[in-house]
Amino acid sequence: MSENPFINEPYAPAPESTKVAIKDVYGLFIENDFVPAEDGSTRETFNPANGKLISRVAEAGEADVDKAVQVARKAYDKTWSRMAPAERGKYLYRLARLIQERSRELAVLESMDGGKPIRESRDVDIPLVAAHFFYYAGWADKLDYAFPNRTWRPHGVAGQIIPWNFPLLMAAWKLAPALACGNTVVLKPAEFTPLTALYLAELVQEAEFPPGVINILTGGSTAGRAIVGHDAVNKIAFTGSTEVGKLIQRSLAGTGKPYTLELGGKAAHIIFEDAAIDQAVEGIVNGIFFNQGHVCCAGSRLLVQEGIADELMRKLEYRIQTLIVGDPLDKNTDIGAINNQPQCEKIQEFLKEAKEEGLELVDGGQDLPEQGFWCRPTIVKNAPQSSRIVREEVFGPVLAVQTFRNPDEAIEKANNTRYGLSGGVWTDKGSKIFKVTNAVQAGVLWANTFNKFDPTAPFGGYKESGMGREGGLHGLVPYVRLGD
Amino acid sequence: MADRILVKKTYKLYVGGKFPRSESGQTLTFTDKKGKLVAAYCKSSRKDFRDAVLAASAGLKAWKAATPYLRGQILYRAAEMLEGRSAQFVEELQLQGMGKSAARKDVQQSIDRMVYYAGWTDKVGQLFSAVNPVASSHFCFTVPEPTGVVAALVGDAVGLSGAVEAACRLLAGGNAVILCGCAACPLSASSLGEVWHTSDLPGGALNILTGIPADLAETAGSHRAIDGVLGIGLDPAVEKSLQEAAADSLKRLSFVAEAPKSGSPYAIADFLEMKTTWHPVGV
Repeated sequence: MSENPFINEPYAPAPESTKVAIKDVYGLFIENDFVPAEDGSTRETFNPANGKLISRVAEAGEADVDKAVQVARKAYDKTWSRMAPAERGKYLYRLARLIQERSRELAVLESMDGGKPIRESRDVDIPLVAAHFFYYAGWADKLDYAFPNRTWRPHGVAGQIIPWNFPLLMAAWKLAPALACGNTVVLKPAEFTPLTALYLAELVQEAEFPPGVINILTGGSTAGRAIVGHDAVNKIAFTGSTEVGKLIQRSLAGTGKPYTLELGGKAAHIIFEDAAIDQAVEGIVNGIFFNQGHVCCAGSRLLVQEGIADELMRKLEYRIQTLIVGDPLDKNTDIGAINNQPQCEKIQEFLKEAKEEGLELVDGGQDLPEQGFWCRPTIVKNAPQSSRIVREEVFGPVLAVQTFRNPDEAIEKANNTRYGLSGGVWTDKGSKIFKVTNAVQAGVLWANTFNKFDPTAPFGGYKESGMGREGGLHGLVPYVRLGD
Repeated sequence: MADRILVKKTYKLYVGGKFPRSESGQTLTFTDKKGKLVAAYCKSSRKDFRDAVLAASAGLKAWKAATPYLRGQILYRAAEMLEGRSAQFVEELQLQGMGKSAARKDVQQSIDRMVYYAGWTDKVGQLFSAVNPVASSHFCFTVPEPTGVVAALVGDAVGLSGAVEAACRLLAGGNAVILCGCAACPLSASSLGEVWHTSDLPGGALNILTGIPADLAETAGSHRAIDGVLGIGLDPAVEKSLQEAAADSLKRLSFVAEAPKSGSPYAIADFLEMKTTWHPVGV
């Protein structure tokens, strides 16, 4: 039994009981068929919560990418670009409905393959996936109203590469606007989390999409490079690390190929003295521990005004002890498994370095399961600006804390980063909110809330957090070529 | 009686609201078709560019802080100033080898483009912003903000109105600008600084560096305090090397092959960042 009065009785396990059918082997999804890789390669995908093998998926190589791109081009020329826009929209609506129908299976699969708590995959990821398709489905026959006084046409074949932190949600963010605008797609899910995208491929079959419109290639960096470098790919959309984003921008130099990049972040989460402190504590917890901190827009730098720093830290340190770390499929779980081994090692490396620097680390003290990859919710106190844990993206449940005296100092510190994806502000004073949210250089600002997403709300970064927006009217722009 | 000795103008740079020479001391000479010297002008160095970046960063603060209405007033004032000096600009363009009617047309187009963009400063905000109908209890909106400090590299075949287009589309969105190149009319580009200087434009919001764009392309691409690069009429090889260098800090890039025949708010949007803000709705 815990000494923490908030936990006076341990929670009984509440495992999610929905069964999901998983095949032993998955092929690449090309022209509405699952086919093995040309060279027969496969890759294993594991459950990060117990290290067990879940399935094998085909590993795409250059030949497979070429095949998928040709097929996508053919589908673009022969069917998708010729189809009445309203009909394209109806396919997307159909897919949105199928996702809603299978949402529980998808949530379970997402949590099994990626380690995120079922509460999040069930209540956040999958509902947003369906909503995203539903939203962009409606745009398909209304695009003339989206770009006043301009002509527009689709690019052709869009090459899309997505990360492992929100596997199906990122697929939806990429696929829905691209398809609504009349492009066909070659999508590569991350190597650690291929399964929900492949389940989506089955739904694409079920929705009877014209073959070749959506092609899903599982694989690693070889496939990713081949997609970016393929001459017949007309547009690149990438979500992932800033490092890879830079490589992509460089490799596209001189090609004239349009690209959108949604990259890393190191968001400042600013708490003013006049904030509602208990709510702010919940906001901070949601900001950094949501999805194990594997969130590009995570509030990973806490900036607290000096006058409330002691009180807030006391409450926050108390709160992180109450978070339940464990089985992602348990409905009580707050923090699931770290998505993959390399990431787990990277987080540990950051923590080790912070300790070596002499920084004070506080964690929630939870018992961790023996199998799988785990990290306790951790706070790094009084972290100096020069520290790597303040400057670089950890992408884990690790919060670096700094203090400030006045709003100008908060803004200065918030903007002292090469990133600019998101930020948070907590205060009871409206005018202060507007001043600070205006001054923080980031693409998404949450005031007295954090980590909210919606298909109608544009999302994307300033500075080295990338370029282009996903979501809303603004999210259509990257998927059309505009003329005069 | 002997003819009066003409007082000839020294064509200088425009940086941070001042008119310095190139720190390198280097000049280029503009010669007419017969090879006769027309005038010398500054050949900007990489150090000049770096100085201009500092000036532009300071200018950005003031320009961003100005209300869109004031920015429009200042752009319109620049049009007034250029109109008043149009005879000088026509004459200067003729000195640089342009026919009189073409020169007049180029100046008129420059003035009209300034007026066009003056009118956009307080309209792009509404045109590109949105209140997002989110499916939760939040008030969520998206508004554009300037990208920051943007280098505008103007190729050798681009005339005065092309350079004005580059400067105005960037200024209209609230960006600070470093205008580089303008080899077709370097004297006019230099004189353009005087127009802006008498229009209450904050020092550093626009900086003009005459010279060879290819000399500055690498620095423009790799300088980490440059947030974006606009290229008009650049050599494709220069464009490519610029893009490669720019990937180091993920700059916003936009290239057009030649000066556009008309202005466009979408051209402003190339160097705007969209910011989405969420507020809970409740008591």
